[in-house]
Amino acid sequence: MGANHGPDPHDHHHGTAPRIGIGGPVGSGKTALTAALCRALGEQLSLAVVTNDIYTTEDADFLRRAGVLDPARIEAVQTGCCPHTAIRDDITANLDAVERLEHKFPALDLVIIESGGDNLTAVFSRGLVDKQIFVVDVAGGDKVPRKGGPGVTTADLLVINKVDLAPLVGADMDVMISDAHRMRGELPVIAQSLVETPDAPEVAKWVLAQL
Amino acid sequence: MLTALILADSRFPGGGHVHSGGLEEAAARRLVTDEPSLESFLHGRLLTTGLLAAGFAAAAARGEDLELLDLELDARTPSPAQREASRAQGRGMLRAARRAWPSARLASLPASPHQPLVIGVVVGDPYEAALTCAYLAVSGPASAAVRLLGLDPFGVNAIVAALPVEEVASRACKELPALGSPALDLLAEAHVRREGVRLFGS
Ligand SMILES: Nc1nc2c(ncn2[C@@H]2O[C@H](COP(=O)(O)OP(=O)(O)OP(=O)(O)O)[C@@H](O)[C@H]2O)c(=O)[nH]1
Ligand SMILES: [Mg+2]
Repeated sequence: MGANHGPDPHDHHHGTAPRIGIGGPVGSGKTALTAALCRALGEQLSLAVVTNDIYTTEDADFLRRAGVLDPARIEAVQTGCCPHTAIRDDITANLDAVERLEHKFPALDLVIIESGGDNLTAVFSRGLVDKQIFVVDVAGGDKVPRKGGPGVTTADLLVINKVDLAPLVGADMDVMISDAHRMRGELPVIAQSLVETPDAPEVAKWVLAQL
Repeated sequence: MLTALILADSRFPGGGHVHSGGLEEAAARRLVTDEPSLESFLHGRLLTTGLLAAGFAAAAARGEDLELLDLELDARTPSPAQREASRAQGRGMLRAARRAWPSARLASLPASPHQPLVIGVVVGDPYEAALTCAYLAVSGPASAAVRLLGLDPFGVNAIVAALPVEEVASRACKELPALGSPALDLLAEAHVRREGVRLFGS
């Protein structure tokens, strides 16, 4: 950027923390995964979280109550009824929240941004995050990976969550996982249950590898 | 002219989509429920906050002292929530503008300026700046009404198209107004104190 107008707010490779977005449909387990990552990584990394609740500050409040992270490290933004707009088309409110956190905690290692629950086409802008995780769950039906959409096909990591529920909802895990690989080519897929492994060890390992 | 069109476009990535200009609070209190009540809300907003903001956009475009204008607009905005909403939108617009239209005058603005100042500096022409600002004062709440109340988008668009936006912009070019809008101030203050469901930043 030119010398006369200050640092470029999108240019987060200069002393600002890497950002990982967590997106996916309503109720798939985005907040639960965020909490799991805070538990798994909060000791070794300086973390902060931005939530994009659709209605309230419910997700931020859940994370604060869960005690997985200092409440001052959690910011909630309003999305004006359009959660996908706030993470993709107009990322201003999220950038403001990230900047507030970076100002409060200058040595952050990672900022996690949870999107509001949205549809299969909702992905994060590259202006907002460096990497993104898309979370779907088995209860949405084993058709979801093969339906595709930018979330499933292009996210840096696809998480198929709640595998513990597969027998109860009649989801065929083999189909889900093989469809996911077929849709995504080389991009990774992790199937997990946060009931069985509450600290999301495989996802935490992937996150560490991105830093 | 193109710059004004870009700033007024709802696709402009300046953070405007999370602000309802008091409409969310008005809808929650059932003060706005349908097209006639929306029309009256927008009319009132245009002739108070809209005219005031447009006057400052025009003054900034004329090249008046930005620091002084910023303070003057603070003095004319009694509600802290309204001041913060204007500065949040100014900050968002400035972030986008620095990339698209960098200039020394833009760089001289404070980090979180009032939005009308950014509009004035970026657009440059006083009438076009006032028009952009006056239009944005009503287009945001109108779009929020479509999203919150499920109003017919064609009906809402027709209401916006019939508002005296150009007349307000012309008036705004003549002098710096000092209008109050106590109802909007109260709605803005009630909105930031609202517990529970709140979809918009203002
Ligand atoms: N059985 C089971 N339940 C889970 C799992 N992960 C999350 N849940 C539950 O699923 C529900 C929704 O999880 P959240 O983490 O709130 O989902 P979300 O994607 O953040 O939801 P929104 O933000 O509302 O879109 C909660 O009741 C969780 O406890 C899992 O692996 N197995
Ligand atoms: Mg959530």
